[in-house]
Amino acid sequence: MGRLTPYFTGAAALLASGLAFAGEGAVADQWKWLTFAVFGGIIALTMYITWRASKRVHSTSEFYAAGRSVSGFQNGWAIAGDYLSAASFLGIAGLISLYGYDGFMYSVGFLVAYITVLLVIAEPCRNIGKYTLGDILAFRNDPKKTKTIAAISTITVSIFYLTAQMVGGGVLIKTLIGIDYEVSVIGVGVLMLAYVVFGGMVATTWVQIVKAILLVVASLVMVALVWAPYGFSLPGILDHVIHDDGIQKQVAKLLGTASANMTPEELGQRFLEPGLFLKNPIDQISLGMALVLGTAGLPHILMRFFTVPNAQEARKSVVWAMVIIGGFYVLTLFLGLGAALNVGPANIIALDKGGNMAAPILAQYLGGGADSMMGNFFLAFVAAVAFATIVAVVAGLVLASASAMAHDIYVGVIRGNHATPNEQVTAARVASVIVGIVAIVIGIAAKGQNVAHLVGMAFAVAASGNLPAVLLTLYWKRCNTWGIVLGMLVGSFSAIALVMMSPNLTYPKAVIKDATAVLDGTPAKDAVPAKASEGFVCELFAVCQNAEAAKPAAEAKPGALEKLAKLNEKMAALTDPAELDKAKKDAGKLEKDIKKAQDDLKKFEGQTTNLVGLEKPFFRLKNPGIISIPLGFLMVILGSLLFRDKRAEAMWDELYVRQNTGIQAEGAVAH
Amino acid sequence: MASPQPDWAAIDRDPRFQALHKKKSSFLWGLMVFSIVYYFLLPVGAAYFQDLFKAKVWGPLNVGLLFALSEFIVAWVVAAIYAKRANREFDAMAAEIARDAHQIGGSK
Repeated sequence: MGRLTPYFTGAAALLASGLAFAGEGAVADQWKWLTFAVFGGIIALTMYITWRASKRVHSTSEFYAAGRSVSGFQNGWAIAGDYLSAASFLGIAGLISLYGYDGFMYSVGFLVAYITVLLVIAEPCRNIGKYTLGDILAFRNDPKKTKTIAAISTITVSIFYLTAQMVGGGVLIKTLIGIDYEVSVIGVGVLMLAYVVFGGMVATTWVQIVKAILLVVASLVMVALVWAPYGFSLPGILDHVIHDDGIQKQVAKLLGTASANMTPEELGQRFLEPGLFLKNPIDQISLGMALVLGTAGLPHILMRFFTVPNAQEARKSVVWAMVIIGGFYVLTLFLGLGAALNVGPANIIALDKGGNMAAPILAQYLGGGADSMMGNFFLAFVAAVAFATIVAVVAGLVLASASAMAHDIYVGVIRGNHATPNEQVTAARVASVIVGIVAIVIGIAAKGQNVAHLVGMAFAVAASGNLPAVLLTLYWKRCNTWGIVLGMLVGSFSAIALVMMSPNLTYPKAVIKDATAVLDGTPAKDAVPAKASEGFVCELFAVCQNAEAAKPAAEAKPGALEKLAKLNEKMAALTDPAELDKAKKDAGKLEKDIKKAQDDLKKFEGQTTNLVGLEKPFFRLKNPGIISIPLGFLMVILGSLLFRDKRAEAMWDELYVRQNTGIQAEGAVAH
Repeated sequence: MASPQPDWAAIDRDPRFQALHKKKSSFLWGLMVFSIVYYFLLPVGAAYFQDLFKAKVWGPLNVGLLFALSEFIVAWVVAAIYAKRANREFDAMAAEIARDAHQIGGSK
């Protein structure tokens, strides 16, 4: 118990500072105590888990792989807990609530990804691996070279993923309960470090299981409440969706002038049809490739297969994970539609442009609204689940990076596998602390940055760098060290480079143009005819004319400054209190827009190029997979064919027999 | 580690291992290719076959929504088919080879 004292103090400090810093958020001040009570309850539960786990974690196998004693069923829940990040929980529900069909379509790839994991990755990796991606790649290749590059890749992928979680989490908690961004980043970091350092994989696994169960229970309750009024009929709820006024208005807004001749019912039906959000099919296929192949190359997911006793349990865990993850995404469809119906797209956007608040606000509505105790309890519960989600996902990522640093680099490369068991566990703990501190520092440094591309980048690097190497070393006899080194370098770098040149990044010129348009309005424009694409390359790179849709003529629009001046004039003459109230609200909105536009102008004043020196995107897709994944495979093949590696070929029989039969696979620790 | 290493090349040549390898390979890669093709039909259909995806089947429920839902069912069915076959067939074959691993090299 003594070694956990700093941890309890830290958690208490977090709670206290949370109360002290609680400013504006979705939860009204009078209900904040409820939020903190629910948060406190969940944090206390995870602390108890960590305390229990800390008594069990003595060896490296226990620290990295929970003694390989996690059952397939438990591991299935833990994988779901590791995988269902805040982005999928809040993000996809939000996308569905704002864009309907496309949001749901987006979720499919995240499940199909597990087919790859199940069929060709999980069992062979369990049979030949020990703790890390590096162990799998080093089996028949040069251990120092492959472990070094695998560790670099693991840390890179994990840091991308982790930064997105930290920044997204900080913003989310601020929006929900008003805790300062820095405080919540430090809070997430301290808690996660406590789980990892004291409880290793045992605590991380159980925190992920608890979080997944909370998430599924919360979603089930909400879906039951959303769907019950429609008699649990799918056409029943869809019928209300297409006839909903707010949803029809949202579709009309998204379609712009194209919606002029549509009936209200057609507008509603359009919400259930593709094309409102995902507009570029090549980009979608590129994203699909990164998801389907990238999940199997994510180090923190791979690592989970070493926690079960054998390949059979690894198989069982993927099947359970698919049931839970798939079922969850089906529930998300109803959460998204329910939020669109009950809260309305306009209100959801008002709270968060990306729709991340759809699920929490729906919870508040279902409990009885913003003024009811149940409503705020529901909201607090969903907020706490979101918080637990971030902590659990980050813990898994930190453990994966720490294992790469300590097991692959320190023990494998620097000490040449000659470290004592005690040294190894110490190295693992020290590495966890280092990664955890780095995560907190990056999280705070990246405040206010555009991090939307980072999760996509993590998947793309995993799919282009890690997966070709793992797949080919497992199934292709000629694959060798040189192929793996070349493939991982070229695959990863091309994925990162393409994202850095993509529309995901912020381009100062575009921001300045948008901000100026908000402030000063836009002049009248003549119609522009459609332009034809000059070839497939033009759809990928800005080297030639890409296809462009025709633009109808547009009238001049006044800027926010002009609108505000007019509104102020009008307000002076108003006497009716209701009208005055409305005008004041409108003026408030305009002032907010003006403030944001002016801030943007100030931030990017005088800049014409972004951080990689580009004025506008050179790569036209948001997802690099369609280029970087084939390139990664090609380079593994090329490297393997150009250079010979006798050991890799000599070890092929052993690798192939062992990955298929489980002979000499790492066993469970006896207790 | 104390026990002597099995003769991996001999196991690889063993007819039982070859039978496992052949059965597993064609089955796994077949399922894999099917799953990937079925998945990419969704974005391709949503982009290039919009009229089909917009066709209403049951009230407001359209082909596109049903197809997206079918992706879940297909993924689960593929997982179930694989798990069943692996539990019933592949595991037993692998266990038999693992049990005889040390004899296989010696008998040749």
